[in-house]
Amino acid sequence: MEVRLASEQHIEVHKFHAGVVTVSVLLALMFEAFLPVHLPWAELVDLPLLVTIYFALSRRNPSAGLMLGMIIGVAQDSLSHTPIGLYGICKTIVGFTASSIGARLDVEHPIARCFLTFVFFQLHNAVFVFISRLLLARPEPYLQTRVVVGSIVSAMLSIALFPLLDRLRKS
Amino acid sequence: MTSGRSQHRSLFLLAASLGVQILLLAAQVKRDQDVRLIRVWAVEAVAPLGRSATWITDGIRGGWTNYVALHSLGKENAQLRAELDQLKMRNAELEGRAAEADRLAGLVNFRQNNAQTPMLAARVIGASPSSSGRVAFIDRGSRDGVALNMGVITPDGVVGKVLAVYPETSQVLLVNDKDSGVGALLAGSRTQGPVRGTGDPTLGMEYISKEVKVSPGEAILTSGQDRIFPKDLPVGTVEEVAPDPHSPFHKIVVAPAAHLDRLEEVLILLTRQELPTSAKALEPLPSLPAAVKAPAPAVARPAAAVPASAPAKPVVPVPATQPVPTTAAPASPITAPTDPMPAAGNPPGPDAAKEEQ
Repeated sequence: MEVRLASEQHIEVHKFHAGVVTVSVLLALMFEAFLPVHLPWAELVDLPLLVTIYFALSRRNPSAGLMLGMIIGVAQDSLSHTPIGLYGICKTIVGFTASSIGARLDVEHPIARCFLTFVFFQLHNAVFVFISRLLLARPEPYLQTRVVVGSIVSAMLSIALFPLLDRLRKS
Repeated sequence: MTSGRSQHRSLFLLAASLGVQILLLAAQVKRDQDVRLIRVWAVEAVAPLGRSATWITDGIRGGWTNYVALHSLGKENAQLRAELDQLKMRNAELEGRAAEADRLAGLVNFRQNNAQTPMLAARVIGASPSSSGRVAFIDRGSRDGVALNMGVITPDGVVGKVLAVYPETSQVLLVNDKDSGVGALLAGSRTQGPVRGTGDPTLGMEYISKEVKVSPGEAILTSGQDRIFPKDLPVGTVEEVAPDPHSPFHKIVVAPAAHLDRLEEVLILLTRQELPTSAKALEPLPSLPAAVKAPAPAVARPAAAVPASAPAKPVVPVPATQPVPTTAAPASPITAPTDPMPAAGNPPGPDAAKEEQ
């Protein structure tokens, strides 16, 4: 109990300006939809997932994190051919997990963010494969080179993207 | 405390959001047979309850019908058994009537084919109470016109002759009795010789010379010489021919043509005239024509021994379309025999002995 209170005192919850989260999410979805048309390697990166991870880590509130993940995931499903709820479930779990970890650990260090991004990318893919096999009866492969490369690229990208998003915080 | 409450709230929220999204997925995804996943889940969730309820109700119903309600099955079983027994008895009765009808059909047919020959049908109502004598009692007597030494036959062949006459019954000496004899001849060679009873089921033909060829299966017919039976009536068939070293004659064993061990209906020859169709007429036809069918006679079954009182009255059908012709008497099957004297080959009856005295 005392440990928790102490941890709560040391962990800072970041807040953002109004509309930042919404605009960021919309931009991420837009880039996710149009970038791969011009840049094939952009398919490896899941920008909505990066946004979910960042804001969940920053908010450090599991409820807010899972809700944010759910909204972003459902929005992503709506813009793609997947059944609505597939990415929603994956990003809900990632958002909840990221918020829970962010509430307990210091995730401001770039190396920590890079590592966490890599881990959450794998978690996201694992949940995606699990739901696809269980509910959709699709034989999705888990360990693919594309997924590993994508997680590494996303982790590298987080090092550059997350500091940019840090500038949108309320001081 | 606050963080614990908020942690529970966040977990609840996580579960709720995941549940909603899973339901959303289930509502969109179609599985086998083009059925949405959410319907599959709903049916699979309710089906076990339905199966359990059905299992319980079937168990209760089965327990009631197989155990509690068994007493009604027992009653029903007893009723069905009783009904079955009655039906079996009825079936046996009907089978007996059918067999009787067949026999009577043969008699009637024989009677039809020999309509000009006066005959009297009779039922065998008894047999000899001793094993040594081969006699039978019939339900025709002097009141029916039966006289001593009248021949008795069936459509199969010769049965015997009337030995004694009473008002309502008569005694018939069967051909296989030791004291019985029939004038006969071999159908092939036409060699004449008497056929005598042996007391056994078989008969014996005598005085056939060894020079005469006799083969088993050869038919033996009446010769008419005994002045009891008309000529060419079947007596039997040669069963065995054994040479007798001490005699110039064959030792011939004859199987009687008539079924002497199961006589039920017989015909009394009221005349010795030759039957018009002779041996051919005695082949019984399988069934009666519908025009001459008559109802089964209402006569009690013959007993093993003839009681002294009240023999059964015969009701043997005679075709109404062919009245029996007689020389002087009106149309009636009851006529006196033309010559009641016994044959030379037969031992004389008691009445003949009295006459001679």
